[in-house]
Amino acid sequence: MLEIKKLHVKLEEEDKQILKGVDLTVEAGKVHAIMGPNGSGKSTLSYVLSGRDGYEVTEGAASLGGEDILDMEAEERAAAGLFLAFQYPVEIPGVGNMTFLRTAVNAQRKARGEEEMSAAEFLKVVREKAKSLKIDADMLKRPVNVGFSGGEKKRNEILQMAMLEPKMCILDETDSGLDVDAMKLVAEGVNALRDAGRGFLVITHYQRLLDHIKPDVVHIMADGRIVKTGGPELALEVENNGYADILAEMA
Amino acid sequence: MRFAPVLTKPSAKRDADTAARLDVLGDIDATGCLAEARKTALARLTEMGLPHPRDEYWRYTKPDTLVQPQAPAAALHDASDEAPLYDGIDRLKVVFVDGVFDPAQSDSLEMAGIELCRLAELSDTDIHWSRDLYGVLEADGQVPVPRPLAALNTAYASDGIAIRVTDKAARPVNLIYLHENTASDAMLHHVIKVEAGAELTVLENGPAAARFNACMEVDVAEGGAFHHVRAQGRDRERRTVTHIFTRLADEATFKSFTLTANGVLTRNEAIMDLQGNDCVAHVAGASLGDGGDFHHDDTVFVSHGGLNGESRQVFKKVLRNGATGVFQGKILVKEGAQKTDGYQISQSLLLDDDSQFLAKPELEIYADDVACSHGSTSGAIDEEGLFYLRSRGVPLAEATDLMTLAFLAEAIEEIDNAEIAEDITSRLGAWLERRRG
Repeated sequence: MLEIKKLHVKLEEEDKQILKGVDLTVEAGKVHAIMGPNGSGKSTLSYVLSGRDGYEVTEGAASLGGEDILDMEAEERAAAGLFLAFQYPVEIPGVGNMTFLRTAVNAQRKARGEEEMSAAEFLKVVREKAKSLKIDADMLKRPVNVGFSGGEKKRNEILQMAMLEPKMCILDETDSGLDVDAMKLVAEGVNALRDAGRGFLVITHYQRLLDHIKPDVVHIMADGRIVKTGGPELALEVENNGYADILAEMA
Repeated sequence: MRFAPVLTKPSAKRDADTAARLDVLGDIDATGCLAEARKTALARLTEMGLPHPRDEYWRYTKPDTLVQPQAPAAALHDASDEAPLYDGIDRLKVVFVDGVFDPAQSDSLEMAGIELCRLAELSDTDIHWSRDLYGVLEADGQVPVPRPLAALNTAYASDGIAIRVTDKAARPVNLIYLHENTASDAMLHHVIKVEAGAELTVLENGPAAARFNACMEVDVAEGGAFHHVRAQGRDRERRTVTHIFTRLADEATFKSFTLTANGVLTRNEAIMDLQGNDCVAHVAGASLGDGGDFHHDDTVFVSHGGLNGESRQVFKKVLRNGATGVFQGKILVKEGAQKTDGYQISQSLLLDDDSQFLAKPELEIYADDVACSHGSTSGAIDEEGLFYLRSRGVPLAEATDLMTLAFLAEAIEEIDNAEIAEDITSRLGAWLERRRG
């Protein structure tokens, strides 16, 4: 589904190399987790994949379903099926959450040459999905993320994911700022979307999210590279011993 | 006799400009109940003279095309690409074509609880309530800053409408200004009296003329409410100067919103006098300018005289391709006007480096227990928000429009009526969509 080869990325504004050759393949139907210490390049990887400005790919490639995505605009990547759940969802005063969701859903459909969703159909679907994420009518009406609590913002990210039905979901520290109950709710939302045709890349600092979203593969990232790959037990090892042992082993 | 100190500096150019303009306009209408008001307005104007480019209040906006004897031509704009504004709203239509009342397109001037009368008809009568209002608020509004184009209007306005409301008006009055003559030079003056506890909504729309000078005086008595929503026409080359003067008694409410898209020159002045206690005055505007010849100026003066008054000024401008936006807003809190709550925000969204926004916020406070705040910002589109939208699949052009509408939302939210606000929002959306690159 998602194939990343030798990806080297530097900041556009300064001569600072962040990713130094990332190799990673996420198969459809699988959940991969990336863990790693602060500054290892995890969030940069998610931004580069989703098409944020400010980064320069100096070497390597990334493709989604066989299609090269690095030359695409952010919106084209989204229409191709890529979704990033933001670590810090952006507040947009003045744009209603519903309007935003509907615009996004229909823009993607249009880009893929599909028929747009009617207002009635959209309303029905969004209500149903919002309900399972305990998002009430008021949250749907309010401006995007404005005045939302940390938990509400993350639930709103998952709602967008559910509405857009992407092929490849990247979750950037979706557990940050969540209490246990909110994390469970978010994880349930993600698990409901697990599907044979969909890949997940879950970026996290902590094992606890992975108790709820059980990964198939765990990668450890350090200094811009994937330094170790293993099964779910790798996440437990990090939880118990920290990154020091693994990094020492690599050195 | 009211006294307005003349603050304009003597200037030979001013004298010549004023004489040339008055020469074209000729004699004032010296008949009927407004004759005296016209005469004193002309005296005021002659004393002040028309605006001069070096006048402090015309520092950011060139008055020359508003002052010159003949109106510069303005091509007619074909607006058939959009639905008529306020179409879904049950309203009483009063239509002016190039400043001339058109009975054929207008509704009959009758509504329960409301008295409507054309100004032109007042030339034949000596007694009418509007006599106590016409030119009175305008004259009061000449202090501390002279507004000669308003005095010119009082002296020469060819028509307009006088509305007196004694109850809650059943539906809004819609003043529609059509533009059919490329060289038209129109001057209209409206006087509105909202009696105690009465309510009225006035809607205005249309480009009006090649050059349009409009003046509205609104007197709101105890507990009365006046709502005003205006959309100034899209005709690219039109020039407009407007003045709204309002006087508020105890617990009176005045709310005004203006949408401006295009028009090479617009100067909208709002002069609000909160004389009573517990009154509320809101004035807001959203303007969209595209191109180096676009110039939009909002000039506001709020005077708090009573206790516990609330005033809000919310102005948002979207400027692109070298357009210019101006905001001059002043809040005066007089001695004794305690518990005043004054708010003022003026913001511009500059979509490129060539556009500019000039803002002059002012506060002058002579009471010690007040809350007044003001802010002014200029900025580009929020990149974070833009990326967020794009990452969800919204194409750049559409995402830019959404962010632009989001920027304007705070001003549009000032419109109380949801249906009208929706109308205005879809106008804005259509304007943006037409300009997508």
